[in-house]
Amino acid sequence: MPELIRLTIDGRDVEVEPGTLVIEAARRVGVKIPSFCYYEGLSLAGACRMCLVEVEKMPKLQTACTLVATPGMVVRTETPQVIEARRAMVEFLLTNHPLDCPVCDKGGECELQDMAFRYGAAESRYVETKYHVPEARWSPVVYYDRPRCILCYRCVRVCAEGMGVGALGVINRGGRSEIAPNYGDHLECDECGACIDICPVGALTSGMYRYHTRPWEMNHVGTVCAFCSNGCKTTLGVYHNEIIRGNNRDRSGRNGEFLCIKGRYAADFPHHPDRLRTPLVRRDGELRAASWAEALALVESRLRDALTRGAPIGIIGSNHTTNEENYYLQKLARQGLKTPHLDHQRTGDVAALMAALAGRQGALATMNDLYEARAILVAGADLAQQHPLLSWQIRANWRHHQARVYVVTEGPVREDRYAARSLRVEPGRELEGVLALGEELRKEAELVIVFGDSIQGEAVARLVAFGDSLGIPVKYVCLVDYANSRGASDMGLLPDLGPGYQPVETPGMTLREMLECGDLAVLWVVGANPLAGRSGRPPAFLLVQDLFLTETARVADVVLPAASAYEKEGTVTSVCGEVQRLRRAVSVEGTKTDLEIFGLLARRLGLDAGPRSWEAVLREIAATVPGYDLPVEALIAGAPLQVRPPAGAAMSRRGAIRSARNTLFTSGTLGRYARMLGQVREAPGALYRG
Amino acid sequence: MKFSDETEARLQRLMASCPPGNKRSALVPMLLFIQDEVGAITPEVIQEVCSRLEVSPLEVEEVVSYYSMLRRKPAGRYHLQICTNISCMLVGGAELFEHACRKLGIGHQGVTEDGLFSLEEVECIGACCWGPALQVNYDYYHNVTPEAFDRLIEQLRRNHSGRSEP
Repeated sequence: MPELIRLTIDGRDVEVEPGTLVIEAARRVGVKIPSFCYYEGLSLAGACRMCLVEVEKMPKLQTACTLVATPGMVVRTETPQVIEARRAMVEFLLTNHPLDCPVCDKGGECELQDMAFRYGAAESRYVETKYHVPEARWSPVVYYDRPRCILCYRCVRVCAEGMGVGALGVINRGGRSEIAPNYGDHLECDECGACIDICPVGALTSGMYRYHTRPWEMNHVGTVCAFCSNGCKTTLGVYHNEIIRGNNRDRSGRNGEFLCIKGRYAADFPHHPDRLRTPLVRRDGELRAASWAEALALVESRLRDALTRGAPIGIIGSNHTTNEENYYLQKLARQGLKTPHLDHQRTGDVAALMAALAGRQGALATMNDLYEARAILVAGADLAQQHPLLSWQIRANWRHHQARVYVVTEGPVREDRYAARSLRVEPGRELEGVLALGEELRKEAELVIVFGDSIQGEAVARLVAFGDSLGIPVKYVCLVDYANSRGASDMGLLPDLGPGYQPVETPGMTLREMLECGDLAVLWVVGANPLAGRSGRPPAFLLVQDLFLTETARVADVVLPAASAYEKEGTVTSVCGEVQRLRRAVSVEGTKTDLEIFGLLARRLGLDAGPRSWEAVLREIAATVPGYDLPVEALIAGAPLQVRPPAGAAMSRRGAIRSARNTLFTSGTLGRYARMLGQVREAPGALYRG
Repeated sequence: MKFSDETEARLQRLMASCPPGNKRSALVPMLLFIQDEVGAITPEVIQEVCSRLEVSPLEVEEVVSYYSMLRRKPAGRYHLQICTNISCMLVGGAELFEHACRKLGIGHQGVTEDGLFSLEEVECIGACCWGPALQVNYDYYHNVTPEAFDRLIEQLRRNHSGRSEP
């Protein structure tokens, strides 16, 4: 370890690693030096001049954000001279600022307001007419209000560096400078809104939230995004039981400040007008509103009938329900209803990876490993589109640690731009591409292999054998599509594997076999839309639990309105196997959580008293599911913990695995009900466009 | 875009002088060289520069909108830049500029109808010792009085009419 640098900041001694900036050193000892343009993790700008500090033996004030700590440095951050300089800077920044705080979205959480409060003068000497430019709508997501902008370049840098998009720039000069979008009058980008969240003032605002309410009127609920498998933490702003924004401005969770358009602006689906709010029962060929008691009684009688006749019952689980719901559903199916016919829409072969790892510890990469590993190999996925947090992590790893990135894909991807090596292969031949890189990969110190659905079954075993042959530590990420795809697999919603990928005695039918089976008495579909894109319906009594009247729900016999991920408590498991806590943000009248519905049916059927609480089910999971023996109290408190590859795991030998190949702007059936996703001009987008 | 052999050679020399992996550092001189030939930074020029330097149109836009010597519309054959910064102003720079406006019948950033002259009021061009200073394309003229200005204009007109090509 290099020798530490000792310096004094406001009379406090501090020791930091060589290369540390004074602004960071000050934070270590609890001295917050104000800044607009400085943002941890982004390149330095030195633009705002707010972080000026006095340094002994230096003739002028220095910008703490660009000043590297040196031995013996004596820094003072709140001297009369510094305060005077900051007062002048605030006055300067406010010359053309409209001071429309009472109607500004940022009012109350604005860094400029905070600075004006701390350092601002009571009066302005500026009496000239303020330079005004009308606000501009760059996309349904991004609006720009030039007069509020303080030109800190945070948005420009987060877009170019963090996102790797570079859709924003600064045009003109001096007082006429302004942020400009990449297509003159509009933006074409990821529409992620990182620029909006990172803006210290109200210059960039979002189409979803702008002028809806004041920040302090909302309740803020930190939960996990309901869309893809990356498991980003999103903080939902709830106003009068309605989600009106999502962000992660506190940089907590696995994702730091990262969120894509789904995490920030797709959280309106719970309030979609098509949301089911009452059970529906088919009468005279039509689905009609019914009471819960009526609908559940009908389902009960059909299930009882099937049980007494010994007729098969098929169950299709969800990629979006919680671990507790998935676990309880498979338990209800296997132990209560005695049916082996259980499956879900599989999007990646996690089972094969777990079987190949055979309980080996430390072989599953965490989200943080993607940021820290010396080398990363991406095979068969367009991460920037399909797994944007993974893409963000790898990009940050390359920027901050010069990670070596290898890409094996069928077409151009964003990672190509900084990859040590990019290989184009025919779709389905990704494994061969990876194997061809052996010589180069062997030279790396360590490796994380991220692979998509094109490597499945025996190919995963070959991939792991290849990883073992490299003679370096190798970790893996098996990509899956949705928020709890991983949890559905882990909890055993599979025809031939139970929780923890343990083989079951009698394998059941696969999803496709269930849909095509003529003898099923009951087909129970939970939060899935397997009939989308198929004609006809299975002859079985069809029970659907869902948020919307999907293609599957439309032909069902009974539809039960379910609560979404933003309306329930529980845990979900991310693509990296990290178990995270969902927290209820809103409730939608008339719906019940899937866990509650399972419990009601279990009780009616006399199988079980129903789950006492989601925590009780989580405790059972931790006690019984291989790989999930995690400290429950920590999970309940919200700590993300990674599951372990279970010993005795087996491959699934039944059923198909295929990623839905969602882009940034699509997300299976659920994505259709998030209005912003469909409104942006980039939608629906395409994979492998670089 | 096709450029003259001379300009093309200049661009090639410029590119070769950039450190590897830092093509974009050629951006400002490349724009200037191309503007010398084309007369202005047109959308086609921006496209061309983007593909040569692997930068986005927005990055070029940032530079073009920042530097006043990069133009979107062609200037005259002779682009007259009169300094009215302090040193020149003290010895008659502002009067010279006003005289030039009257003489040519155009204002700041105007172009004469025949396209021969364009006029621009500029900040310091680094000739403070010899103000009022005037820059015509890349050539400097010092201690320019209104009379000297008139003589220069006549001279340039004669030069031009003596040439077969503009």
